[in-house]
Amino acid sequence: MDEVLLRSLTPTVISVLVRRGADFAAAEDAVQDALVEAVRVWPDDPPRDPKGWLVTVAWRRFIDATRSETARRLREERVDDEPEPGPASGSDDTLQLYFLCAHPSLTPSSAVALTLRAVGGLTTRQVAEAYLVPEATMAQRISRAKRTLADVRLDQPGDVATVLRVLYLVFNEGYSGDVDLAAEAIRLTRLLSGLIDHPEVLGLLALMLLHHARRPARTRADGGLVTLAEQDRTLWDTAMIAEGIGILQRALARDRLGEYQAQAAVAALHADAPSAEETDWVQVVEWYDELLRITDSPVVRLNRAVAVGEADGPRAGLAALDEVDETVPRYLAVEAYLRERDGDPARAAELYVEAARRATSQAERDHLTRRAARLNGAGPRLT
Amino acid sequence: MAKYLMLKHYRGAPAPEGFVTMDQWTPEEISDHIRYMNEFADRLRESGEFVSEAALAPEGSWVQHGGAGKPPVTDGPFAETKDLIAGFMIIDVDSHERAVELAGELSAAPGKDGAPIHEWLELRPLLESMPTITE
Repeated sequence: MDEVLLRSLTPTVISVLVRRGADFAAAEDAVQDALVEAVRVWPDDPPRDPKGWLVTVAWRRFIDATRSETARRLREERVDDEPEPGPASGSDDTLQLYFLCAHPSLTPSSAVALTLRAVGGLTTRQVAEAYLVPEATMAQRISRAKRTLADVRLDQPGDVATVLRVLYLVFNEGYSGDVDLAAEAIRLTRLLSGLIDHPEVLGLLALMLLHHARRPARTRADGGLVTLAEQDRTLWDTAMIAEGIGILQRALARDRLGEYQAQAAVAALHADAPSAEETDWVQVVEWYDELLRITDSPVVRLNRAVAVGEADGPRAGLAALDEVDETVPRYLAVEAYLRERDGDPARAAELYVEAARRATSQAERDHLTRRAARLNGAGPRLT
Repeated sequence: MAKYLMLKHYRGAPAPEGFVTMDQWTPEEISDHIRYMNEFADRLRESGEFVSEAALAPEGSWVQHGGAGKPPVTDGPFAETKDLIAGFMIIDVDSHERAVELAGELSAAPGKDGAPIHEWLELRPLLESMPTITE
């Protein structure tokens, strides 16, 4: 069964139901039921017209589930002459779904869950597994999100920036369970780029592709983290990098710079370098300066200090680090790295230990502990 | 989106002021306390923030690898063990502030005379998966 095809039909089928008079929440529930049914039935009995099948099953579910006077009237009027899905449900409807699911009244976790279900066509169980919560909890999160949206009209104009933030969150969560969230985020961003003409959508798509291309090199077989400098670059997906760079160039040509384009530019400079030493660090610093002008985020300041350390030496990096708020996550890890490169292994080892204590992920903690162990003489030193 | 563990202690947590042990409450006060805890968990299920919970038996055993080809060694209980976990709840929330708010709410469970017990709860973030984009 082509699960991606099934998922890609989801927003269209929701739109068909909404056009027939269902409200968004009920339509979304009915389509979710139809998806679950399709996963059960299609492998043995694939439909000739997948979209028509989904519309028919979802519409029946909607009618069954709705007992109000309105629904009875709808049923009487429409069940005999079920309208063809046809061209009525166009790309504008899908774009509206993106806006609705990323509505600013939703919390980030609700927006992510609803986007993955209503636009991505994932089942509640798949979303729950990906985020490591019980299915019942995820179901509640989604139905609460839909209650929050009860008074929002589907045809209101939305803000593409909120949609991009949600897609960025999905991508950056990494992956767990049987759904590859990073790949799903790329699919949804690619779909969005066909629905709306906006350089930041292209910027985010390029950013995702350029990072996804490095994924095979990011972790060791045991799950341990491999830093950018230590990655085996022959493992990088060069076709994906080429696509990402091409998309980024199209975006930059529009001359409307935004944070995702600038981040993608940094990623492109890394992707383009045959080795860490051959990276154009001066340009990387320049892009971080651009990013600071756009966002002025402490995380960007921190990353800029790393790049300055590579471009102008560890002393310059430490000077740049002085301007960064010490409470930013990974501050100590960066200071440890710069002290190590500045020839102070004892101080660096202490800092790595403290950085490991403050790490927010296990992979990062283990990585920093290994760095400390290496400096403490338990293994070969870095040059 | 971050997961937190809320730990209830039998002992090892700072003692709240004026705490009266449960065996000195009336049976109704105990029922009210348990109902509060159950309703708290139900609210979290309803809000989509609940992950799991369990209460732990106070008595357990210490287990250690006993060497190649030998059974594990069990020992204890050790008198010097200061910390004793009574139970836990794992929540999945949008912010640290929300986690603190919920722990504060759980700590307000009623005790003697229906007054909040002000129990100290230990709130610990779970380590997350590594984000893809870090540079």
